[in-house]
Amino acid sequence: MMKSQTIKTGTLLQRMRRHRESYLLMLPYLLFFTVFTLAPVVVAFFLSFMEYNMLQPPRFVFLANYIRMFLEDNVFLTAVSNTLKIAVVIGPVSYMLCFFIAWVINDLKPAARALLTALFYIPTVVGGAAWAVWRLLLSGDQYGLLNNILMSVGIIYEPMAWLTEEATILPVLIIVQLWMSMGISFLSFIAGMQTVDISLYEAGMMDGIKNRFQELWYITLPAMVPQLLFGAIMQIISAFTVADVSVQLAGLPSTNYAGETIVTHIMDYGSIRYEFGYACAMSVVLVLLMQGVRALVTKMLSKVGT
Amino acid sequence: MKQVAKRGILHRKGRVGMKKRRSRTGSVLLFLLIFLLAAFMAFPLYYTVIQSLKPIEEIFRFPPTLYVSRPVLDNYGEMFRILANMWVPLSRYLFNTLFIAVLGTGLHVLVAGMAAYPLAKHDFPGRDLIFGVIMLGLLFVNQVTFVPSFVIISKLGILNTYLAYLLPTIGVSLGLFLMRQFISQLPDSMLEAAKIDGASEHRVFFSIVFPSIKPAVITVIIFQFINLWNGLPSDVVYNEELKSLTQAMSQITAANAYARYGPSMAASVIMMIPPIVIFVSLQSQVIETMTSAGIKG
Repeated sequence: MMKSQTIKTGTLLQRMRRHRESYLLMLPYLLFFTVFTLAPVVVAFFLSFMEYNMLQPPRFVFLANYIRMFLEDNVFLTAVSNTLKIAVVIGPVSYMLCFFIAWVINDLKPAARALLTALFYIPTVVGGAAWAVWRLLLSGDQYGLLNNILMSVGIIYEPMAWLTEEATILPVLIIVQLWMSMGISFLSFIAGMQTVDISLYEAGMMDGIKNRFQELWYITLPAMVPQLLFGAIMQIISAFTVADVSVQLAGLPSTNYAGETIVTHIMDYGSIRYEFGYACAMSVVLVLLMQGVRALVTKMLSKVGT
Repeated sequence: MKQVAKRGILHRKGRVGMKKRRSRTGSVLLFLLIFLLAAFMAFPLYYTVIQSLKPIEEIFRFPPTLYVSRPVLDNYGEMFRILANMWVPLSRYLFNTLFIAVLGTGLHVLVAGMAAYPLAKHDFPGRDLIFGVIMLGLLFVNQVTFVPSFVIISKLGILNTYLAYLLPTIGVSLGLFLMRQFISQLPDSMLEAAKIDGASEHRVFFSIVFPSIKPAVITVIIFQFINLWNGLPSDVVYNEELKSLTQAMSQITAANAYARYGPSMAASVIMMIPPIVIFVSLQSQVIETMTSAGIKG
């Protein structure tokens, strides 16, 4: 019963029976998916209308958690604003940077291309092992390399506490996060570039494409829409869930919440204060925000090259 | 099947014809920019390595240097001494890490692969709905849902056991998506032959589909292994004996961040090595998989 020759006849029940084996194959995965990926979101939705701390039974409070989030919790609003600022850089900027790098190194010989691909991707895989060196580079004394360099060239005259000074926390976190954001979307673009049919480029030359930018817009981009869409989803996920960098470098909480993101705020209420209902309400808002941006981006990307 | 597995896209020749039309200055400028970006990417890694090789008198030299005059392995010795004197033996951390990474990766690939096959190749009632929900699940990452996950894991009574790490990793969406997209590209004729011979779906999956999606399987293994190596959720397991090597090492790096950062840099280097080696050695398989991993608009 291959896709190509499937007969769409019979009642629903008959068709389901015919595909009995398919359902059996999917069963184990769907079980784990439902319990550990899907159920958490459903549970979050229900708990978001409750007051719950795991010790006492949940108490129904209807919209109180949402009202508190938007009207009473100023730190949440800071977290939203920080998350959006981070998302602008880690989203579009990093996304375009990934694409740009993939585009340039695609013209290199395979060995050089593989080397550069690895170099740009490696910061995302070393993850937690890099916090120590960033703490050292950004250290607030003169042993911190950034301070040392900036002082020796005379840009600043005394060491800056980059990770505890309210004004510098967010920009510094964004730069470190950018360093580790050339992830799966980058690999996807590298791969996508290689699938573009060579004959399209030759045909493009005949049709009067003059430079590499026209070639990019009229040939490469339209051929890569599937990769662009997949890359966008991956980038949205990493842009809106930034947290580790803030906790590891600026601390939880950071100075006057200058590095607070939605996820670190959820950590604060979920893992420290045990106000699960409120934490779940924030998770629900975050999921809706991510899904909204994803829908918007999908719509935009389907217009590429037209 | 062999031809399917290596379609040779990686070995394609350069686009010689087009290159002639490109301006030289443009190329030079673009590569200069890439070089600067590459330097920014590489610098923290380079600095970690040289700091880990500095003897104590060079570590505290002022101003800090960007090179080592007399590289030594003292910091590595010191790091292993700290690890060896920890309350939980090093071998236990190592066992925990490998046990979880190998089992978690293996189960995910098997279970998600089995589900990916019908989702890619059969038109059964409910397919689009199921796949749509799984795609939506891409967004439900642990950072977003760790609070309700904690509630569920605790209600299932598996809090503070290996299962709290293992079971949730089996049901993630990304691995299934990558394998499903790869299977979609396998020619139907390959599967039809087996069906005519009367093979069951399970047989078709294990004897034909699974062996011919090697690049996708390897890619999922890499992503999954690197994830498990780097970050096990620390809130669902709090018993020191159940923690991973990486968690133990990060305790060293955090505790010695300023006072004795030599050993801390050595620990960072050791932690970086496995993910880097795994990715670099299997990179071509990953790229091949990603060619199929697009979303049709």
